[in-house]
Amino acid sequence: MLKIAEHEFHSRLFTGTGKFSSSNIMLAAIRGSESELVTMAMKRLDLKTGSDDILSPLLQSGIKLLPNTAGARNAKEAIFVAELAREVLNTNWIKLEIHPDPKYLMPDPIETLEAARELCEKGYVVLPYIHADPVLCRRLEEVGCAAVMPLGSPIGSNQGLATEPFLKIIIEQANVPVIVDAGIGAPSQALRAMELGADAVLVNTAIASSADPIAMGQCFAQAVQIGRAAYLAGLGQVSQQAINTSPLTGFLNE
Amino acid sequence: MSFLSYLQGLSREKLSLKLYSCTGRDVEQALQHPEGSLESLLALLSPAAESYLEQMAQTSARLTRQRFGANIGMYLPLYLSNLCANECDYCGFSMSNRIKRKTLSLDELNAEMRVVKAMDYDSILLVSGEHETKVGIDYFSSVLPSVKSQFSYVAMEVQPLKEAEYSQLARLGLDAVMIYQETYNPQTYAQHHTRGNKQHFEYRLQTPERVARVGIDKIGLGVLLGLDDWRLDALLMGHHLAYLESNFWRSRYSVSLPRLRPCTGGISPKVELTDRGLVQLICAFRLFNHQLEISLSTRESAVLRDNLFGLGVTQLSAGSSTQPGGYLAPDTQLDQFEISDERTPTEVCAAMKVRGFNPVWKDWESAWV
Repeated sequence: MLKIAEHEFHSRLFTGTGKFSSSNIMLAAIRGSESELVTMAMKRLDLKTGSDDILSPLLQSGIKLLPNTAGARNAKEAIFVAELAREVLNTNWIKLEIHPDPKYLMPDPIETLEAARELCEKGYVVLPYIHADPVLCRRLEEVGCAAVMPLGSPIGSNQGLATEPFLKIIIEQANVPVIVDAGIGAPSQALRAMELGADAVLVNTAIASSADPIAMGQCFAQAVQIGRAAYLAGLGQVSQQAINTSPLTGFLNE
Repeated sequence: MSFLSYLQGLSREKLSLKLYSCTGRDVEQALQHPEGSLESLLALLSPAAESYLEQMAQTSARLTRQRFGANIGMYLPLYLSNLCANECDYCGFSMSNRIKRKTLSLDELNAEMRVVKAMDYDSILLVSGEHETKVGIDYFSSVLPSVKSQFSYVAMEVQPLKEAEYSQLARLGLDAVMIYQETYNPQTYAQHHTRGNKQHFEYRLQTPERVARVGIDKIGLGVLLGLDDWRLDALLMGHHLAYLESNFWRSRYSVSLPRLRPCTGGISPKVELTDRGLVQLICAFRLFNHQLEISLSTRESAVLRDNLFGLGVTQLSAGSSTQPGGYLAPDTQLDQFEISDERTPTEVCAAMKVRGFNPVWKDWESAWV
């Protein structure tokens, strides 16, 4: 079972709450995905008037919430959001996202490391969204992050595991769970991430922007289970060449 | 290089010739690789692309859905003042127009804001005429703190300001500046802006750079479609956007696509932009820039707006008033321009839901300054 900061998860599929056409569809899709951890942008919550249609349905659903700092452009703004989340949602879990680049929403490694260090010191369970950078993952682990969340490809792009060679290194080296976040656009890509040994994947756009988010959530649930099972069963080695049955060097053994 | 020098280095004649000599083949090539290519944008804005409108719309709708989901950001304009020291022949606020002039006091502004808050809005666009002495930086700095205490996201559409003034407003929490060039043709610009500071084409043109340098979150570009050849104006706005994105990567960008509409004492469009043309424009910009925010005001009709938000539009206003004090006490004598979609926000949102879209009222933290 997947364990992050002493919390156990049956499902290795994490999902999001953005981009859905209504809160009912959002909830149904999350249920269909069997996800036990959903991330939610704090900037979307209207804590003054409660007029957003995200928070109360999620609270009622009882699913564990992972507030995120989306929209924050530097460490200071992200830390502010984490503190706000702890205060209003009564959770010390935070998905740290810092993107000063509003076009491709690329995570800022320098601000992320700085914010992660401070938040870990303050006792937060920090899950940082980052580029698939193995050294940065090590550094984030050193400052106390509970997991790392490297991207597969640009967020929302559905381009899949464009960073696969680097994800492999991260998975090989990590001592904390590796959650592949961003860019996973199809169940086959989620399956691939799990086959590689990722501990979990986070999928939002591919489910929320599908014509049938509920069915797509179910598809991802199955893909993640199969990918995990295949990883545990052990994939065969990929060989670049056919193994010749009449070897050319066989005479040396005669 | 400033955008001014960049623009001066472009030949309007050559671009215009290219626009009107594009072939179907050019459009097909553009459709293969539209993102970030000004060559492709030119082809997609050309008359030749009209035959590919359905294909453009399908792609545009899909890209918008992927990036923005089912979300439509809701914002509302709030007019601070209709005082104006300019003469612009398309605008109801022009100084020679004999209309009642009014600037909101802080008390009046607070009363307006209460009405707007009751409509659920959390993102507001402060608008004024251009009157440097009476409605200038001192006035803006005096009202901004109250506005920011009520709204998470505060944008402004007022006269161009100095860099230090933008910096001052940024510290008070200003999140966005909308600064519309109206037209990128200096001759046409001079014909329509005949008195006042707005005559300074070049100062206005360099405003987005001043805004970007002080780190304000979002910059809105726009042309008044119909003043000049809209295809060329839109293309040059695309050049402006590309220039800004490559020089100021931390800023977010939006475009507005207002069509020239009749107003008090105003003029008719020189080059009419049809509904078909507007759709082509929206789709061309979406294909060119997947992340661009595109906003559509209540100048457009309800039917058209309902059909456009799935196609590429990401921000909408609803229930707008275009006069100072208009939310509390509507008075049609003060309007800047006529509103076409007069539905309430509730009605617009209901139409949105039917089409599978979701109004978003809040998408920002007010403490981020």
